[in-house]
Amino acid sequence: MSMPFYVSPEQIIKDKADYARKGIARGRSVIVEEYDQGIVFVAENPSRALHKISEIYDRIAFAAVGKYNEFENLRVAGVRLADMRGYSYDRRDVSGRSLANAYAQTLGTIFTETPKPYEVEIVVAEVGQTSEDDQLYRLTFDGSVADEHGYVAMGGSAEAITLALSTEWREGMTLVEALRLAVDLLGKHGGEGERQLGPGELEVALLERSRPRRTFSRISRARLAELLG
Amino acid sequence: MSFEHRALQVAFTAPRSSSFAEFLATAAPAALPSTRMNPDQALQAPHGTTIVALRGDFGAVMAGDRRATMGNVIAQRDIEKVFAADDHSLIGIAGTAGIAVELVRLFQVELEHYEKIEGVSLSLDGKANRLASLLRGNLGLAMQGLSVVPLFAGYDVDRQRGRIFSYDVTGGRYEEHDFYAVGSGSFFARGSLKKLYRPDADADHAIDTALEALYDAADDDSATAGPDMARRIFPIVGIATGEGVRMLDTDEVEARVAPLVARRMTRPNGPYAGMPEGGSGS
Repeated sequence: MSMPFYVSPEQIIKDKADYARKGIARGRSVIVEEYDQGIVFVAENPSRALHKISEIYDRIAFAAVGKYNEFENLRVAGVRLADMRGYSYDRRDVSGRSLANAYAQTLGTIFTETPKPYEVEIVVAEVGQTSEDDQLYRLTFDGSVADEHGYVAMGGSAEAITLALSTEWREGMTLVEALRLAVDLLGKHGGEGERQLGPGELEVALLERSRPRRTFSRISRARLAELLG
Repeated sequence: MSFEHRALQVAFTAPRSSSFAEFLATAAPAALPSTRMNPDQALQAPHGTTIVALRGDFGAVMAGDRRATMGNVIAQRDIEKVFAADDHSLIGIAGTAGIAVELVRLFQVELEHYEKIEGVSLSLDGKANRLASLLRGNLGLAMQGLSVVPLFAGYDVDRQRGRIFSYDVTGGRYEEHDFYAVGSGSFFARGSLKKLYRPDADADHAIDTALEALYDAADDDSATAGPDMARRIFPIVGIATGEGVRMLDTDEVEARVAPLVARRMTRPNGPYAGMPEGGSGS
């Protein structure tokens, strides 16, 4: 009788984490920033049909990097959860925090219990009534949650972009300032040298604080060209 | 229903359907109105009454009175029976108020859910068909006397005009040509609309026509309320155009209702419809 090789739990976890990290690092980056009127999402994404940024509920949106089918599955689950909560209780009872919790539990379970972890990283953002109430949750493939302040970068060049954001992002930036900063950084740290990203290669959406009810909106490519000047 | 799940349950990540109602049927069937136990005999519950809708090239207008009745009693004098279903459509309801309001809520979530999951809105026909199937789920309760009859109207962004859909309790869906009314005062309202409706009307004219029709319905149907000037309770009016849906606020409706009531002081039966020759004209 042959004995299976013993592999320590540490090794299994490490292998899974390396595998997931590699998958995520292959993808293009997404930046989420707070600005004076809300939260802006900027993704390098030439596809018009496969979104990396989506509306979840009135004041909550979702951004993801990694494997499309995996984060799409999470996105749909999030919309279902939010709609079900809002339908059974009230629209105000749907919170970004509870959604982030549900995602964390789900990702954690998938990471430990299935042989292949999800190769995704997601941000759940909720725009508050004031900028102090804005919430950004960053969730990684193993289910860990980080409560971020001001900005988040995910994807292949997340580290370099986060470092740049830590010096260049400041509170109370206007939409145009925040947008230009994000586009600039995505171009600089995209991988193949310095590039200038045009509206055709970007997916941009907003959570606007002052809009009634559904605060999420996409910025069309024409409008984006105008804003970037 | 419980939200005991810490992680998203299997149902949430199951292969997708874009329908919220279908999702609820698997994840939380008790939340659906159609799965309730049917009462053995008819209950007495508040009933909503008259809704009118008109269409034109500008879009569609829908208006409803504010009364809910229970037998001979006025159950509520300021109930709202006309709602924005989404950005381009309106829904009004007559029938058992509790179930009707729940149906509207489910329908609103259904449309928004589809839009979020698919990234595009349903076509106006698609929305009308979804409403029909939600209504079909209520047939059991309708048999017990708890029926709901909605009226659906909206701006069709593909055809660039307003359209109206009516329904029966079995979920039958019928497109109406120019105008329609549902509820206990609908016969009187339809009679009024028939004489006052103009196919070339703009939104302004259509709103005034709808208010005249509701006044006529209230004139002859005890379950339909006329404008309550003392309490400032006026019909709810919504309009769907290419720019979206707008619900008129109280001041706006009052500004239209007050002159209408003043005109009725001298002519209680309302404006004369023009006759081709020898008629009195208005």
